[in-house]
Amino acid sequence: MRTILFILQKEFTQIFRNKSMLPIMFVMPIVQLLVLSFAATFEMKNIKMHIVDLDKTPQSRAMISKFKGSKFYTIVNYSDAYKIAENDLKTNKADIILQIPQYFERDLTKEDKASVQLTINAINGSAAGLINAYTFSIIKEYNRNVLMEIYGQKLEMPVQTNTSFWFNPQLDYKTYMVPGILVLLVTIIGLFLSAMNVVREKEIGTIEQINVTPIHKYQFITGKLLPFWIIAMFELAFGLLIAKIIFSLPVLGNVGVVFTVASIYILAILGLGLFISTITNTQQQAMFIAWFFMVIFILMSGLFTPIDSMPDWAQKLNIINPIAYFIKVMRMVLLKGAGFADVLYQITALTVYAFVSLTLAVIMYKKKS
Amino acid sequence: MNSNKGISISVKNLSKSYGNIQAINNLSFEIGKAELFGFIGPDGAGKTTLFRILTTLLLPDSGSASLCGFDIVKDYKKIRQIIGYMPGKFSLYQDLSVEENLKFFATIFGTTIEGNYDLIKDIYIQIEPFKTRPAGKLSGGMKQKLALCCAMIHKPEVLILDEPTTGVDAVSRKEFWEMLRKLKESGITIIVSTPYMDEASLCDRVALIQGGNIMKTDTPENIINQFDTALYEVKTNTMFQLMSDLKEWENTESAYLFGQYMHLTINNKDSNELESYLQSKMHKDIEIKQITPNIEDAFMRLMGK
Repeated sequence: MRTILFILQKEFTQIFRNKSMLPIMFVMPIVQLLVLSFAATFEMKNIKMHIVDLDKTPQSRAMISKFKGSKFYTIVNYSDAYKIAENDLKTNKADIILQIPQYFERDLTKEDKASVQLTINAINGSAAGLINAYTFSIIKEYNRNVLMEIYGQKLEMPVQTNTSFWFNPQLDYKTYMVPGILVLLVTIIGLFLSAMNVVREKEIGTIEQINVTPIHKYQFITGKLLPFWIIAMFELAFGLLIAKIIFSLPVLGNVGVVFTVASIYILAILGLGLFISTITNTQQQAMFIAWFFMVIFILMSGLFTPIDSMPDWAQKLNIINPIAYFIKVMRMVLLKGAGFADVLYQITALTVYAFVSLTLAVIMYKKKS
Repeated sequence: MNSNKGISISVKNLSKSYGNIQAINNLSFEIGKAELFGFIGPDGAGKTTLFRILTTLLLPDSGSASLCGFDIVKDYKKIRQIIGYMPGKFSLYQDLSVEENLKFFATIFGTTIEGNYDLIKDIYIQIEPFKTRPAGKLSGGMKQKLALCCAMIHKPEVLILDEPTTGVDAVSRKEFWEMLRKLKESGITIIVSTPYMDEASLCDRVALIQGGNIMKTDTPENIINQFDTALYEVKTNTMFQLMSDLKEWENTESAYLFGQYMHLTINNKDSNELESYLQSKMHKDIEIKQITPNIEDAFMRLMGK
């Protein structure tokens, strides 16, 4: 036990002596939360529209004015030829082309139906989907006005939809993102620091000197992991505080649940990091492998895209994704007020994960080669 | 041989290979207690592999070895208590200060700097003025002194030093060897490896190791005495020309540059022929002198065989 204390003391001395380490620990959570939460938003605020109006009638102008009136659209150009518009789309000057054909008004009044053409730049698929949805709702609004004009009275749809968004009534993007970003923060600290640290001892050769001492395997590993466990827990608390103050992140559930799950989660991540460090020989290799896991886990974690929309195999694959479990727990507890009983499955999964990854790491870390 | 004082290290038929490369091949030797034993050999001779096996960092393929009666495989935990190891590469924490490094290694062996200060005093006193400096910012010689202190702080019975003087200046090297002699006086068995042949004469006994085999084990004096031919040192006005001319001469047995001279052994005992040969090759200011061989000449001869 005394030996562990000495190793801990040594590790902390080294961590706090590292000039680049302290700023990273405090600046990283702030920058990550600010950049990702403010910049990475799903709202499209500036859709560039090119309009090809071949009809030039009151009806076509009425439709155009709907788009003009929307704060989401900027009409970048008008032209009389689709070719010109197409060129704008190709050169990225426009995101969407709205073409109103000739005889639009005539068809609308005489045949009760007419069509317009939308061409959307889908280089960015999710942006294209959003533009499509926005545009549709504006055209729907226009349709309703037209019907009113024709029938001369306010028309009610047979089925009315009233939507209310539970747990995030304003559909605030930040409320949705911030819990997930806090998970990333803890993961980066835990995974990278632990993976790099042991490899560094290998690279510098200090592990040779340690290995000829009577230090036990468990003492060395505990001494290596505990500092990062403490730092990661601290980062989580620090991040939560910033999120609460700056983003007024709702904290409906018990923070104790979050920290309990976090304590297990960080163990799992540290185990993974240590495992990586046992199978690599240089910091570069460790970094590369840690990134590999990190990127896959993040992309599949449901942070940016919902897990429910993934193919079946991908959803199944998430069984081995610790980030997915913790993000789910964070969102459930913070936004929904879930308690221990509600996240029991995730706790169990993470406990198994921590146990397996640490056991593997200890087995792989051989004092005798 | 210090056999009367007992055997400290015993190695029998030790072998280790990496894939197709035989790093050490069937080594057997014994080292007495409080002996300063040197392994001399070029890079890649197998010195580090042997030391890593003796320090329980590596398992041998076959054969056995024991330190102070403890088997290197079965009793590796006991061995780690009684040995001090200084790897060839500087392996202390570069971001920790001199004092912090020493303190750390003292505490993990369950001792304190004060507890064994007598043992390291002579060495530590030289680096004490820099005790708050990070180990990574020390000069090469000071790094080695610190590493020696750290390897000594738990009062080991056997000290294993892998090329402790490589990359260290001549003055520090001399000091370092003086320290080793003092440590030996206090009863510690020391095995040390070095690529510098001149350091061999400072050991009690040396083993010449090459290609994973021990070519010879003996005291430095005996190794020199076994030099069984006349050795000449030769110098002329054009050393470069001399080198190739001597190598071409049919009577040359071995010729190598040694400082400002060529050292030469010849098949034919008469050195007069040499002078006329060199004159025929247009050399001027010819100096030829028969000399007593030193340890390096002895090794060059052994390695050439």
